[in-house]
Amino acid sequence: MNSAAFVLIAILTLAAALAAATLQKLMHATLSFAVALVGVAAFFFLLGAEFVGLVLIFVYIGAVAVLIVFTILLTRRDVGKDRGANWGGALLAVAVFGGLAWAVFKTQTVATGAPHIRALTVKRIGEALMTSYVWPLQCVGLLLTAALIGALVLVMEEKR
Amino acid sequence: MTPTLQVFLIVSAALFSAGLLAALSRRHAIFILIGIEMMLAAANLNFIAFWRFGPQSQPPTGVMIAIFSIAIAAAEAAVGLALVIAVYLHYRTTNVDHLDQLKG
Amino acid sequence: MSKSVDQIFVNAKQWLLSWLMPAPAWVVQIVSSLINIFALLAVFLTLFALMSVLERKILGRIQNRYGPNRVGPFGLLQPVADGIKMLIKEDIVPARADKLLHFLAPILIAAAAILALGVIPYGRNMTPFTIDGGILFFFAVGSTTELAVFMAGWGSNNKFSMLGAMRAIAQMISYELPLIITVLPVVMVVGALMPDRIVGAQAEYTLGVVPRWFVFTPWGATAFILFFVSGLVESNRTPFDVPEGESEIVAGHMTEYSGFKYATFFMAEYIGMFAITGLATTLFLGGWHSPVQVLEFIPSYVWFFAKLSTLLLVYIWLRGTLPRTRIDQIMNFAWKFILPMSFACVIAAAVWHYAGRGLRGWLWSFVVIAIVYTALSMLLDTQRKFAPRVYRFAE
Repeated sequence: MNSAAFVLIAILTLAAALAAATLQKLMHATLSFAVALVGVAAFFFLLGAEFVGLVLIFVYIGAVAVLIVFTILLTRRDVGKDRGANWGGALLAVAVFGGLAWAVFKTQTVATGAPHIRALTVKRIGEALMTSYVWPLQCVGLLLTAALIGALVLVMEEKR
Repeated sequence: MTPTLQVFLIVSAALFSAGLLAALSRRHAIFILIGIEMMLAAANLNFIAFWRFGPQSQPPTGVMIAIFSIAIAAAEAAVGLALVIAVYLHYRTTNVDHLDQLKG
Repeated sequence: MSKSVDQIFVNAKQWLLSWLMPAPAWVVQIVSSLINIFALLAVFLTLFALMSVLERKILGRIQNRYGPNRVGPFGLLQPVADGIKMLIKEDIVPARADKLLHFLAPILIAAAAILALGVIPYGRNMTPFTIDGGILFFFAVGSTTELAVFMAGWGSNNKFSMLGAMRAIAQMISYELPLIITVLPVVMVVGALMPDRIVGAQAEYTLGVVPRWFVFTPWGATAFILFFVSGLVESNRTPFDVPEGESEIVAGHMTEYSGFKYATFFMAEYIGMFAITGLATTLFLGGWHSPVQVLEFIPSYVWFFAKLSTLLLVYIWLRGTLPRTRIDQIMNFAWKFILPMSFACVIAAAVWHYAGRGLRGWLWSFVVIAIVYTALSMLLDTQRKFAPRVYRFAE
């Protein structure tokens, strides 16, 4: 049962990722990127980290995908198409995939099954965020504020 | 019966190379950003897979790293897209092949 | 007796599942989820049909006319007539529209709205799907609506649709943040993201009479009003229906949709309204608890739907009474007033908790909210805009 779900989600994610990399129409490629992210979130649900999956949907699809779509809107001059994949890029990507897959198959210690774990509740994540990870949390807050202000400054048109 | 860790790593490697393909072979600046975001998502999948199959430490480290990585990826996407808009406002193009004024 | 009436649906589902006893566990799980889903769809699609006719009748009465009263007794079979009309209309797709996006957009919006209904507790032990991060699931699914609205606007290849979609997304993004931050005090005080636990934390009565709902605390009342207003904006209802303002922009992102697809958009908006009011009931109004102890024999789902209907009536009342606001007024309101007030709610909830949750906590949190509200009102300089009206007539 779990394997069937895994195979379905894997097919969906990889097909959407390939579509995002090779489709020529901009909007279709962006939306298949969003579908690929839904697939990754489904993987997170399968692996038992539901909170991270929900945060991924919320941040990536609710915010980043909308940002990308708005930017496409603001920067088009009626150019709705882009060149798809070309041979050099495809060769390099296949080579990288081959290298990573060879490394994974060579390592014996990763051929393990899934151990039984305690359920990851939001309470545990919250406790970890507030005790061991409180400094990274504050730094990420500062980083997000800086990114927000920086993005605004970058696109403000200068006053004449 | 969940699949083994190897299968998850292969899937995340495939996702990573799809993102690499997008980042390398596209000419529109936004698509290069989409490729980078896909590579980040693949790395997050790696972290969560290793957390699930590995020794369970008291603060769930893999999950924490993935959460922070998602937040940082959002910040980086925002700044990257602001850069694309700023370049478009100045040069009126988003084709990265035409941004070659510093060349040579 | 009242307990069995209260649990009648849960027992019915257990009886249905007992027919499947010899099957393996995963079949039972799938069938159980399917029963939940079908029950949810049956209840809410009926409620949607009922609400569409009730809204028109109530709006008609507010405007001193009868609503629809031809089809069936008191016009209550109007949704059947509307459904038949929508189904037999010709499905027009513009020639240069993006066919895939044009087709997928209403499906995605409706799917997101119905998914969000799955985590709300409708009665004692009657939550369709208990997820550990239930509130986060609700908001994550709601945020995919924005992308679907954009797909609708872009896929129609029409400038009105594109403008309407951009306005709709700007409005929805601006109010998503206050929506979540007003939920934050409730989650902080309860300590869990599961709606079941949030309802459970509002169970007892202080002094035996006043229920411990979060709306009866100062931060809760403010947060409820802010959540309610943000929910109004998120569902694109008047007075915030700029994206679908019929007198301005034809129908915004829904311009190029006819027949059944338009009905799907319509349904998605109403079901989104049900989801937001359901969540408001769960978080602030005590979910399925009864307000007085003597009336506890009434089943829990009756109380839940009574509260839901009251909030929906307030929505309809607002639609009939208030004029539409401009898009810049909407954005100003969000970023300059609602967002700082929601931060004040978070601080007030913390003050309430740490000053003991009794009278002292009540007074201190009330002081915090009053200070922030007064400061915001003075800063936003509304006195100038709200001067007595001056009439000038042509001479």
